[in-house]
Amino acid sequence: MQLIYEQSTPGRRGVKLPVSDVPAATALPTSLLRTEKAGLAEVSELDLVRHFTNLSRRNYSVDTNFYPLGSCTMKYNAKVLENAASLFAPFHPMTALLPGGGEFCQGSLGMLYDLGQLLADITGMDEVTTQPLAGAHGEMTGIMLVAAYHAARGNKAKKKYVVVPDSSHGTNPASAAIAGYEIITVPTASYGDMDLELFKAAMNDEVAAVMMTCPNTLGLFNPHIKEISDIAHSHDALMYYDGANLNAIMGKVKPGDVGFDVIHVNLHKTFGTPHGGGGPGSGPVGVKKALIPFLPQPRIVMDDAGKLLLETDKQGTIGRTANFFGNFGVMAKAYAYIIMLGREGLIQVSEQAVLNANYIKERLKPYYDLPYDMTCMHECVFSASKQLEHGVHAIDIAKFLIDRGYHPPTVYFPMIVKEAIMIEPTETESKATMDAFIEVMIEAAKTAESNPQALHDAPLTMPISRLDETKAAREQNVCCVG
Amino acid sequence: MNDSHYCPHTPEEIAEMLSVIGVAGVEDLFAPIPAELRAKTFNIPPGMSEFETYDRMKAIAGDNTQGITHYIGGGFYDHIIPSVVDHLSGRAEFYTAYTPYQPECSQGTLQALFEYQTAICRLTGLDVSNASLYDGGTACAEAAMMALRVTGRNKIVVDGCVSPFSRQVLKTYLFNLDVEVVEIAPLDGLLNRTELAAVLDDSVAAVLVQNPNFFGCIEDFTALAGQVHSAGALLIGSVYPIALGMLKSPGETGMDIAVGDGQCLGNPLSFGGPSFGFIAAAKKYIRNMPGRIVGETVDRNGKRGYVLTLQAREQHIKRHKATSNICSNQGLCALRGLIFLSSVGKEGLADLARLNRDKAEYAKAQLTAIPGVTVLQTAVTFNEFTIFLPKSADAVVAGLLDKGIAAGVPLGQYYDGSENCLVVTVTEKRTKKEIDLFVKELEVALCN
Repeated sequence: MQLIYEQSTPGRRGVKLPVSDVPAATALPTSLLRTEKAGLAEVSELDLVRHFTNLSRRNYSVDTNFYPLGSCTMKYNAKVLENAASLFAPFHPMTALLPGGGEFCQGSLGMLYDLGQLLADITGMDEVTTQPLAGAHGEMTGIMLVAAYHAARGNKAKKKYVVVPDSSHGTNPASAAIAGYEIITVPTASYGDMDLELFKAAMNDEVAAVMMTCPNTLGLFNPHIKEISDIAHSHDALMYYDGANLNAIMGKVKPGDVGFDVIHVNLHKTFGTPHGGGGPGSGPVGVKKALIPFLPQPRIVMDDAGKLLLETDKQGTIGRTANFFGNFGVMAKAYAYIIMLGREGLIQVSEQAVLNANYIKERLKPYYDLPYDMTCMHECVFSASKQLEHGVHAIDIAKFLIDRGYHPPTVYFPMIVKEAIMIEPTETESKATMDAFIEVMIEAAKTAESNPQALHDAPLTMPISRLDETKAAREQNVCCVG
Repeated sequence: MNDSHYCPHTPEEIAEMLSVIGVAGVEDLFAPIPAELRAKTFNIPPGMSEFETYDRMKAIAGDNTQGITHYIGGGFYDHIIPSVVDHLSGRAEFYTAYTPYQPECSQGTLQALFEYQTAICRLTGLDVSNASLYDGGTACAEAAMMALRVTGRNKIVVDGCVSPFSRQVLKTYLFNLDVEVVEIAPLDGLLNRTELAAVLDDSVAAVLVQNPNFFGCIEDFTALAGQVHSAGALLIGSVYPIALGMLKSPGETGMDIAVGDGQCLGNPLSFGGPSFGFIAAAKKYIRNMPGRIVGETVDRNGKRGYVLTLQAREQHIKRHKATSNICSNQGLCALRGLIFLSSVGKEGLADLARLNRDKAEYAKAQLTAIPGVTVLQTAVTFNEFTIFLPKSADAVVAGLLDKGIAAGVPLGQYYDGSENCLVVTVTEKRTKKEIDLFVKELEVALCN
């Protein structure tokens, strides 16, 4: 397809602007002006509409295809959530920061406050900040809160390390490193969880925090989690919960009850807000009481009369992690999702997410190697090691699935599983959809034996075949020249 | 009966699935969670239909005061949004997809992001852009961290005229690192160049400025770029995309990195988000950039296509050695930015910029005709400007809010001694009639 810039005709416009009703201003000195207008597209409204409509048709999406992308929780995004969020489109965030402005924003501030309360109950935390703009941003904020906690106790210099299991999301060590910590990585044991003995050996008083995903990226709930947090706390290390997999455990277990001190929640995963082709996400952070003094500002608090106020200059705060109150529109969707599903609905979400993952796991087990063969939570991780004997890699199976109309599962993650294929069906998929997917996965396994070349050649039905990624990285052509 | 209407299974299907798994009930699947760790309470209220949900949300939105006329900015701006933006970004093929890890079935998102990167490069006059950051404030912080990596130095100098919110975000990002942040106090709403020259030594990684700045003032930083480069540091500029329809681009100025907030490009105010941050830089710094980058390449048949590239910088490959921790960014908001820019187009953006400045200059002239209201005579501005009132701006703003006018951002809480200063923003959406009414109401407020 042509780029929009390749469809440009000088002088053509896509929208008519309002006519000015005021006199023209005196021109600025030329030293302040650009010499040439920015080379934006020049297309008609219809050309623009066709271009982006046709581009959209070159995507797989939840609304068009089963999208079992492990770790990403690609569940159906209810349409009413979009309508609900758009109700808040006209409200300016600065209004709340004006003197007396909070009075005029009680709806927005109240919704953020209530969302915080609901998330605190779901996760077992004492207070939630909604400011972080994505899951990884929440991780970074959470680890900064940990740093502020240790600094306030005079331990800034002493606390140097953050411990992560080798199965963790890459964002965990990256976020901790950005917040100023060195990383200690603990290997996974044969039972699919962080090796308890190696963990004990790695722990010392210089550890600031232990970051865990539970259930972890293998989809397994760590039965030793309480023991791990007790050990961490005995070294004055805080427990950080990566909420990426919260979808599995709502109403079943609360991270705050098993010893976690800080948690981030990915609203775009568990709480059904759309992923947007790579964001916007939203990563509220929940903390236990001891960390409340360090929460980012402005912090929304309720007075005795039930009025929402902004606390803006409290001593001890880590400051600000974003310009305003977080990705409000995303939070409005998540809030609507929680009140719509309610208590029983959220429990059912977790139950059926776990049911679906175990169903797929059992049905595919005869055809694919399952390195950690036990009851999983919301996702299961296979290895294409059997298929590799025929020269077929996980990526070949992924491309075969594309030809059959499925977005592939996550492949090559977690890194601790060779040729990993990580499947997360989510609770919103029907048995019929999963059965059809399972049949295609079985066909892929059989084709790997009978005709591996067919898998190497895939995909054949897309607008393009496999791309030369080396050329892209070498040439670094990231902007259309001209 | 299903409590969540988004879980489709019938009881028969559930029974069938359980029998395949070989357990008696769904609860058995939670056996790995030790009994003593199970949740003892779960106090979420009962659910409701989508209709009741929508009504509840409508009631909540109704608790905000409706119909306020905005003369406030501070990083978020009340601009026009062409209808095509909602309609096209509202296509579910875009908004219900995820990060384009599998390029063959994600060319829609990938090509759109490549076009977005192109728009940002052309707007800023720089060589390379990533596929978006979170917002304008975090973009400033990411650019500073990029400069620390590039130079191997440990000091960031920040013009005090940069948005106080962005400065706070920057400080928060850096507070636990061995990095010094030096702030230069503003001089009459402009960068204090003497002060800056005094601190610019070989420990400085970057100087961060904003144009137009928080006071609304426009500056030419071309000479500054030369000075900063002589010291071996990078010049980072936080810029306002609508103003780039008119103002000298970061590239022409000699800036090394340009950042900013993309809310003004087709994203609603939405009480502060989601918007997107952008970052563009000289090509030599591409390997130090944070976040996703889309690159052009060819497929097996030589056909043009797009992929996520230079992923070896990123957290999912490099883990703690990554250039940033960013995973999800603001893809859909960046798409809205692209659609907005493609809709207004080359000529339209220039017209839009002119329209903003014309309205603001008209408002400025009318406001300063009020006895006792003045502006900085030296200041050249775009669509925001600072006025001096004969009394505290806080009280005036609070009073006008009661009349449905958000008159501006009082500077007192951000700059000591600025209690009488008010930053007024006038976008293309404000009509002459609205502006005249605002002027009248302000005059009344000042007499009281």
